[in-house]
Amino acid sequence: MKTLVIAEHDNTRLAGATRHAVTAAALLGGEVELLVAGDNCGAVVDEAARVAGVSRVIRVEAPFYRDLLAENLAALVLSLVQLKLYGNVLAGSSAWGKNLAPRIAALLDVAQVSDVVKISGRGCYQRPIYAGNVLVGVESDEAVQVLTVRTTAFDSAGDVAVDGAPAPVEVAEAGPDLGLSTLLRREISRSERPELGAAKIVVSGGRGLGNGDNYQRVLTPLADRLGAALGASRAAVDAGYVPNDYQVGQTGKIVAPGLYVAVGISGAIQHLAGMKDSGVIVAINKDPDAPIFQVADYGLVADLFEAVPALTATL
Amino acid sequence: MKVLVPVKRVVDYNVKVRVRSDNSGVDLNGVKMAINPFDEIAVEEAVRLRENQLASEVIVVSCGSAASQETLRTALAMGADRAILVESDAELQPLAVARLLKAVADREQPGLVICGKQAIDDDANQTGQMLAALMGVGQATFASRLVVEGSAIQVTREVDGGLETLALKLPAVVTADLRLNEPRYATLPNIMKAKKKPLEALPAASLGVDIAPRLRHGRHEEPAPRKGGVKVADVAELVGKLKNEAKVI
Ligand SMILES: Cc1cc2nc3c(=O)[nH]c(=O)nc-3n(C[C@H](O)[C@H](O)[C@H](O)COP(=O)(O)OP(=O)(O)OC[C@H]3O[C@@H](n4cnc5c(N)ncnc54)[C@H](O)[C@@H]3O)c2cc1C
Repeated sequence: MKTLVIAEHDNTRLAGATRHAVTAAALLGGEVELLVAGDNCGAVVDEAARVAGVSRVIRVEAPFYRDLLAENLAALVLSLVQLKLYGNVLAGSSAWGKNLAPRIAALLDVAQVSDVVKISGRGCYQRPIYAGNVLVGVESDEAVQVLTVRTTAFDSAGDVAVDGAPAPVEVAEAGPDLGLSTLLRREISRSERPELGAAKIVVSGGRGLGNGDNYQRVLTPLADRLGAALGASRAAVDAGYVPNDYQVGQTGKIVAPGLYVAVGISGAIQHLAGMKDSGVIVAINKDPDAPIFQVADYGLVADLFEAVPALTATL
Repeated sequence: MKVLVPVKRVVDYNVKVRVRSDNSGVDLNGVKMAINPFDEIAVEEAVRLRENQLASEVIVVSCGSAASQETLRTALAMGADRAILVESDAELQPLAVARLLKAVADREQPGLVICGKQAIDDDANQTGQMLAALMGVGQATFASRLVVEGSAIQVTREVDGGLETLALKLPAVVTADLRLNEPRYATLPNIMKAKKKPLEALPAASLGVDIAPRLRHGRHEEPAPRKGGVKVADVAELVGKLKNEAKVI
């Protein structure tokens, strides 16, 4: 049974989440095809064809796929599944994948399984519930298995060897333009830093930083020194210290870097849900009883305004 | 324009749930329940639309057992006008809930549906998107800003890289993210008033849709706890540990 992975991209580059989804797709058995729907997205098609494990790239281009909005994409995937008889449809569980996959599932009249962290075979999965406090086994007999997969649970698929052959590209016809939604603008943060979801080191700040200026003044030098991505708790985002895409947690980003440094973060379960699978966790907090210390490998009870600059200076 | 807001009764967000000893599920005995926090934000947004004369009526709907009446009363106390309980004691999975909501939407003909982006129990993050698909309307998930302009809306969404703003025709389905608003506390007089607001109970079976669960939930387990760490005395010891023991820097 064939699997269709839906590529997330910006018409220029493939998003990291898609490569993780390709790895997960291989665990379902059968061939893995990658759908690149977009507009002037030739570069993405080329990149997709070189992802190891992809047996075919399906290329669909139309102006109304440019922004990868859910309504038209879901309609397209529905017709592709009917035409090409895919048994499985996968996307990474990024904000984009989470927006799209349930719409596809409902059109196909099947249940969807979100945030899969383990695949034991087709129809046999494990996923976290209750902010990651519980893992549950899920079985599904649905004719088409529609899944989003957690990127931290599956490796990123690499490229085929330099002299290896890219996967064949098949051009398919566009689906309908439903005209239900249009993109007005995107405000995407541009940063020289590693992407939060993929970084090897993450430095995260919470309400303990007090304000946005402090956040920048105290944490940025440390992150620079470590080559780290910057993250935050919900409280720091809500208070406007940093933009929303910094939020780590149950309802923000799920990260699992090799090193996670939590500064002035208390460690609410909703925050832990987003980072407790990190390799090494460091917590800097002045409250010795802060719950973050229960998950920290190394806890430093200290005033962050002294400890963090000292740490930066020592590195 | 009517605004329909689906709400779910879930375990309170402060509770750390425990798995039953036979791994068959989560122990909900005596656990504090509450309105799903994202649904509370959705109710607040709808009530504000009505207060700003952009909506004529706010209807809250919950699918579940009779206990969900309590959740609906909470929403009524926040300012919703009336409530519908789609009553079922069976397990309701997101597709089933979306179908029931579609049936309610067919009856009520709302101009806008505002859902929470996910329920904090199953963390599925599916119902709004599924409902939009079944209704054949546009969707704007993870909303942090909603502007109603005649028969269209503009919605700013929290996406992985930042923000994006969509324009949608109405009817549409919006799902609320944390920063859409800060929900009000219901005042005592409003809690009293809510007791008198209309709450209609509809047996789920009367809506004539298939709500049988499609997924089987098997073994529940708690993830392996992290090994206990150590407290370090100072920055120098921390750096030493990171370099020599953990070897991560
Ligand atoms: C539905 C829902 C979803 C949520 N989703 C998320 C989510 O995805 N991510 C998330 O993070 N949260 C989420 N939350 C919020 C979560 O419950 C907490 O409120 C939040 O994580 C707290 O952030 P904080 O640790 O920065 O703030 P606080 O809990 O206020 O902690 C601040 C910490 O800073 C320490 N501190 C203060 N000053 C100093 C100093 N000078 N030096 C050292 N330490 C200091 C304090 O001791 C304290 O431990 C969610 C909540 C709900 C209801």
